Amino acid sequence: MPGEIVMSLVVPPHPHPVLCPEKNAGWQAIRDAYDQAAAKIEASGADLIIIYSTLWPSIIGHQIQAQPHPEWVMVDADFHDLGSIPYRLSIDTKFAHAWNDANQARGLTSRTVDYEGFPVDVGSVVALELLNPNNRIPAVICSTNVYSNRAETTVLAKACLDVIKAQGKKAVAVSVMSLSNRMFTEPIEPEEDRIHSLKDDEWNQKMLELMADGRLEDVGQLSRTIHEQIRIKKVVAFKPMWWLSAMNDNRNDLSGEVLAYEAIHGAGAAVVVLNPDSCGTGDKEYDEDNIEFYGGDRGVLHNPEPTEDHGIALHEPTTKGDSFNTDLAPKPVGAYPHARREGDLLYLSGVGPRQSGDNSIPGGPIKDADGNPLDYDIKAQTRATIDNVSKILEQAGSSLEKVIDVISFLVDMDRDFAGYNEVWAETLGKIGPTRTTLAIQALPTPIAVELKVIAKA
Amino acid sequence: MRNLLVEFMGKGSIVAGCLAPHPPHLVYAENPPQNEPVSEGGWEQLRWGYEKLRASLEKIDYDVLVILSPHWQTYVGTHFIGLEHCASKSVDPVFPNLFRFDYDMNIDVELSRAIHDEAQSSGMAVKMMENPDFRVDYGTIVALHMTRPAWDKPVVVISSNRGLSYYSPEVMQEMMAELGRATAKAIEASGKKCVLIASNSLSHRHFTTENDIPEDMSKEHIESHAMHLWDMRMIDLMRAGKAQQILDEIPEFCEQAISEADGGGFSWILNAMGVPDQPAILHGYGTIIGTGNAIMEWPCHQWGEL
Repeated sequence: MPGEIVMSLVVPPHPHPVLCPEKNAGWQAIRDAYDQAAAKIEASGADLIIIYSTLWPSIIGHQIQAQPHPEWVMVDADFHDLGSIPYRLSIDTKFAHAWNDANQARGLTSRTVDYEGFPVDVGSVVALELLNPNNRIPAVICSTNVYSNRAETTVLAKACLDVIKAQGKKAVAVSVMSLSNRMFTEPIEPEEDRIHSLKDDEWNQKMLELMADGRLEDVGQLSRTIHEQIRIKKVVAFKPMWWLSAMNDNRNDLSGEVLAYEAIHGAGAAVVVLNPDSCGTGDKEYDEDNIEFYGGDRGVLHNPEPTEDHGIALHEPTTKGDSFNTDLAPKPVGAYPHARREGDLLYLSGVGPRQSGDNSIPGGPIKDADGNPLDYDIKAQTRATIDNVSKILEQAGSSLEKVIDVISFLVDMDRDFAGYNEVWAETLGKIGPTRTTLAIQALPTPIAVELKVIAKA
Repeated sequence: MRNLLVEFMGKGSIVAGCLAPHPPHLVYAENPPQNEPVSEGGWEQLRWGYEKLRASLEKIDYDVLVILSPHWQTYVGTHFIGLEHCASKSVDPVFPNLFRFDYDMNIDVELSRAIHDEAQSSGMAVKMMENPDFRVDYGTIVALHMTRPAWDKPVVVISSNRGLSYYSPEVMQEMMAELGRATAKAIEASGKKCVLIASNSLSHRHFTTENDIPEDMSKEHIESHAMHLWDMRMIDLMRAGKAQQILDEIPEFCEQAISEADGGGFSWILNAMGVPDQPAILHGYGTIIGTGNAIMEWPCHQWGEL
């Protein structure tokens, strides 16, 4: 059975609903809403809870908790006087490692953490304590990278979805976050609590209105504005809605329900449930490139290029005769050139979507390192393949417009032909070379498409 | 009453101020027995700088180390550890591969409370931290360990209030200046000789990838030339004794160099020392994952009465 997101949640990170809900009616309402959300998770049949915590910042890419049972006593840096929260969590380590692999396959810097005494952040502890009090459902926790932008955060979610689908998980996606995050900067009595300002309250209400209408992607698109308007500038910007929206395929027609909205020490705290059932409203237009693969400049340490890919040794292209090679195309998996000229014709070796330099695969690989199938995007792979063909031709003094014959190889004709054909129509189809498309069992690297091209020199 | 106390106890003083950055890489590179990961060294210029700082402080008679660390970040006022003894394991959430440290420190609660009370009387929001389960942040531990690895002096640990996040660099500076003055007053009244530690880097733009061997020094350098220029400017100002100019430039420094001065350390320590026009001593400079770090000492004990 293919995996899926069965529910998404927005929940607040503050410890008050765990430690002292009775001290304020609003804190109690948040606690009650947390309990309601926990019951909905139970009823959903979920077998995985995925936490994206805004209170666990990371610098070296994305970090994923992979210790089987993180255990300690959590004390909040500000609200230590409220008490301590002992925790012992259950982590789905297989999922954590697979997510890490999927992140890397999509071009992200990522690593797992598995260390005794690792300080699980207050938001994750609070959310799991209340949403999964008996630890019956395994969880996975991911950090928020300090430097990640929307594209990177979106790819992080897509990599997570790759694994959910590959492992057939019924997952609950949870963004642990405040709405407005401006707290009172002085201690207050519990009965004095309220949203810090009318402006914060108005923006919070707008966000909640959109979420209640299932318009999660609209909230994602407003995230930068929201951050400017009602977020104090902590290290981590307002990214959780980018992640949560991408976890829901950037949809705007979810079914939303606001279970509670209250103030916790001035910040906007809400428990919101978003179901994947279409509510039939909320048209949307995606406002940025729907990126599949992160190609941002993170290689500031100038890591050496890989010498192999999935166990296949990479070679420097050969240079005999009238050969043409380019650093802009991926290294061959054998001793051959990128292209060779014979008379007025250029013969290209088989070209796939792998990227020069880091060897990554736009659209994701078709399987992980253990051979487990992954979800991938054939259209992204096809575009990247044609882009590589173009780079090789240009190096040889030719161009895509001079292609005269193509043999295409697909590893899954039934699944991929339509997507491949669509990209073809947008690109080479407009140029008009002859074409033969073949189904084959496998290619040396975990790619789904390869093109054999002949072009005029 | 306080004057009587001072007379009775003798006048306390700040005998030195230190800029002591806290990247966990430095402890990792030192391989102390308290830290679990093992390294092949690295970041020697900074570690040698810390050696010089330690040697310099060895020549001074002092009672307490008072530290303001950016990694106990508080938003509801400024907090002070109020437990006599703190011992636990600290794991850096960002670099857990480098820092998993068993710490054991004694707190000078009397002085902590005195600074707390002084700050409170000047109108600041303050709180004592008395929860026995509280874990001390890794930044505090790194700076303290590198400054005094024997762990044989009591310490005062002050949180970093994120006034800049909430308001502006100017408001943060006002708050930290007040805290600095309160710190100085409380120290004077305590009769104790104190070393102050502001634990922050200079420019703070990280690399976002880590080498397979973290201590591979062939990969270490400043993140960009602009960051280098800011670092050198700040070091020059410190060495020239231009504390007021540093304070004046901190808003731009924070914005343009993503500086960790946003945690208020500079503003606190310079004001506690009376915004000195005496030069600071540069013990070392180096980069850590692209961030700029300087180890500086203001030898206040040589200046006469502050």
